[in-house]
Amino acid sequence: MKTTNLDYRIIADIIDREAHILDLGCGSGELLTLLISEKQAFVQGIELNDEEMHRCVEKGLTVLQGDIESGLIDYPDKSFDYVILNQIMQEIKKADFVIHEALRVGRRVIIGFPNFAHIKARLTLMFRGKTPINEALPYYWYETPNIRFLTIRDFIDYCVKNNIFIEQKYFLGKAKLIHVFPSLFALNALFVIKRNGD
Amino acid sequence: MKSDSLGTVSTQYFVFARPPDVLKLESGRSISPVTIAYETYGTLNEHKSNAILVCHALSGDAHAAGINTEDNSPGWWDGLIGPGKALDTDKYFVICSNVLGGCRGTTGPSSNDPQTGKPYALDFPIITVADMVAAQRHLIDSFGIETLLCVIGGSMGGMQALQWASAYPEKVRAAIPIATALKHSPQQIAFDEVIRQSIMADPAWRDGYYYEHGQPERGLAVARMIGHITFMSDQSMEEKFSRKLKNEKLSFQFTDDFEVEGYLRYRGNSFVKRFDANSYLYITKAMDYFDLSGDKFMPGVKKTSVKFLVISFKSDWLYPSYQSQDIVRVLKKKHASATYFDLTSTYGHDAFLVEIADETRLIRNFLANIKVN
Repeated sequence: MKTTNLDYRIIADIIDREAHILDLGCGSGELLTLLISEKQAFVQGIELNDEEMHRCVEKGLTVLQGDIESGLIDYPDKSFDYVILNQIMQEIKKADFVIHEALRVGRRVIIGFPNFAHIKARLTLMFRGKTPINEALPYYWYETPNIRFLTIRDFIDYCVKNNIFIEQKYFLGKAKLIHVFPSLFALNALFVIKRNGD
Repeated sequence: MKSDSLGTVSTQYFVFARPPDVLKLESGRSISPVTIAYETYGTLNEHKSNAILVCHALSGDAHAAGINTEDNSPGWWDGLIGPGKALDTDKYFVICSNVLGGCRGTTGPSSNDPQTGKPYALDFPIITVADMVAAQRHLIDSFGIETLLCVIGGSMGGMQALQWASAYPEKVRAAIPIATALKHSPQQIAFDEVIRQSIMADPAWRDGYYYEHGQPERGLAVARMIGHITFMSDQSMEEKFSRKLKNEKLSFQFTDDFEVEGYLRYRGNSFVKRFDANSYLYITKAMDYFDLSGDKFMPGVKKTSVKFLVISFKSDWLYPSYQSQDIVRVLKKKHASATYFDLTSTYGHDAFLVEIADETRLIRNFLANIKVN
């Protein structure tokens, strides 16, 4: 779930002109369409959902129907400038495996996810004893597609432990970037990561 | 969106490789002359840039759309081809031809051998999918078409689409291989061999020289029955027949008690009226020989601009989805723009002829992004 299209804006600014992009879980292809029009990017999407697939084809995108959790074996190492994992991590079972695969086939990986440690989420849990629901996490427990809940600090720890270099990081509020105490005030986080040594 | 039929259409004939010319075949042998039966729908534009070639499957023919003037039958892909349809004949010039080795107007084993004045029978050379496509190439050239906007087909038609892209990448802007494979698996070859053996085991086959006596009807009917089982899925058979009886109770005899038996018998018996047994042998052999796997696809080409839409169906166990995924894998190696869709259907391999709504949405959107020059 997107807070706004702020994340698209940031991603479009991050990538270079004519970059080769692989978007894992590309949805209806809005981000890829933006990257083509603004950066003349060469894009490829992977999506599982039938309806989203149809919408991608309608937009003229090159998209493969498949499950990213079964891996990206068809792609040689470093075959993309960027692999995008935007708002998909929280729905993936084999998150660790998918991140490693993304780092293998991409020179850089752009990864965006909702911050479970947002102040409102903390307060909801602390004082109301209820599962947080906010702009970035808009679902009740019984209907959410999210199977994992991670925070900005969780992700930074993960990168350190796995020898992953964080090149850029962005913390997103409702409509603008958050610069103060992002761990508390960011609804979403966006990282540009690469493998140390690459 | 309007969705009219094309109305009546008639099959036309194109003859090439007239003596002293010949059509050289992959086997090293040759045929002369060659007749191709074909139909066209829509109008070829001034730049000859709006042509779409439709390739048929094993038992198909040139009559892909409209109503045939001779027998009032609708084309085998009438739902997909016509004004306002996925292959929109208001926009595109659609061509479909009967394959080499066939028996529906194109030169094949039942055609007369000019040397003897009798049907070729087994003197007809073994042909391949590459030979079928080479023959189609002559037809396309005869229209003055330098580049096809798209080549599309299901099953063996999909093999031809792949062969076109592989052999003549500069002549194809887009290819849509549906429910097909880069090569037959041992399971697919095995089915084809059982199909061929059932024809050849019929004494009426007479080693292939049966034309004065009539078809090996029983063998061909059994061959077709086997085929039909492989075209359906467990689920589609359950939905269509379940264990329903033709009559209310069991006969306790070897008659066709169950509806599924009646259906297969009917399909087998009607097939022998329209299809030549030797053509079935030749064409299944061509499918078994087909192999564009690995480096055999687009040899020497590092990067291609041909755009691909690869489609499979989840319940198709004759040409399973993994074979289409193999196609995508080979396309990636050629840095081709490839879209792959594994459509949901319970119809098995037949889905490519049945799932018109999903195919229409997908193919129309895909083609809309390939601009006619």
